[in-house]
Amino acid sequence: MISHVIPRVLSKILIPLIMLFALYVQFHGDFGPGGGFQAGVIFAAGFILYSLIFGLPKARMVFRPRVLQVMMALGVFLYGSVGLAAILKGGNFLDYSVLRHNAVHGQELGIMLVELGVGITVCSVMATLFFLFTERRRREDV
Amino acid sequence: MIVICLLTLLALTALIIVRARSLFAAAMLAGIYSFLGAGWMLLLDAPDVAFTEASVGAGISTVLFLATLALTTREEKPRARRPWLPLAAVLVTGAALIYATFDMPRYGDPDAPIHQHVAPHYIKHTEEEIGVPNMVTAILASYRGYDTWGETTVIFTACVGVMLLLGGHAIVERFRRRKDRGSKERM
Repeated sequence: MISHVIPRVLSKILIPLIMLFALYVQFHGDFGPGGGFQAGVIFAAGFILYSLIFGLPKARMVFRPRVLQVMMALGVFLYGSVGLAAILKGGNFLDYSVLRHNAVHGQELGIMLVELGVGITVCSVMATLFFLFTERRRREDV
Repeated sequence: MIVICLLTLLALTALIIVRARSLFAAAMLAGIYSFLGAGWMLLLDAPDVAFTEASVGAGISTVLFLATLALTTREEKPRARRPWLPLAAVLVTGAALIYATFDMPRYGDPDAPIHQHVAPHYIKHTEEEIGVPNMVTAILASYRGYDTWGETTVIFTACVGVMLLLGGHAIVERFRRRKDRGSKERM
């Protein structure tokens, strides 16, 4: 696809915007529609567009499958550790109110971290799924 | 009016998907179906769900469908028999579901059971208890944090399963190589 001028130039403009929009959806989820899940999917979509235009080998250098696997687990780990931190602070599992001096601030912090965990997991899962499907074809071609 | 147009288009798209022989066309139409669904959900004041439908249904699913088509074929095999039995099963199920909707409360009815249970608490107290303007986020991440925790774990587990199924080849290969090396060393 790299030989086609229009997709290449357009995607070069679009990919940063898509990723920026994903971050906006991630951190603005408390105020507008969206949240970790949608943000993760949009971020992965920008990345998939990159690998469609510039080819899999280059995309694999940007997002190494090893790193993706670690990130997948890291998101779930972040979510769980917020819950455990609430227990250590003397509350129930996933009760964010005790995380900070004031219940509302604790809730805001907890929701932010938890959504970040969801976003990281969803983004790396979607990218991994895309890799798994396309990788398989390459292996059978050889 | 616009709702009726959208729903008609949805039904039409579904019918065309069923009739389409070319799997490529079916995959693209499935994406269009998701976009129409997202538009309809937006009209029902559910922007969060519409957002998810547009990004997952129309975006990622279509890409995965196309990737699968590249692995298999682009044309559906012609069927020998006319599928009367499945058609009858679908019609009966559809009629039963439509019959069941007659018992449902009207759309947006404030006396509906779903609006009497925990929803009033969320609407009244989200601002003071959570302090987050988007109530959907507050419910998903805080009031129902357990559910979302479970969902995240499900996504993770599902991906591990797909990795084992589709990436199994590489794992088996690595294992075999290690075993070969081990037997050579023994010799």
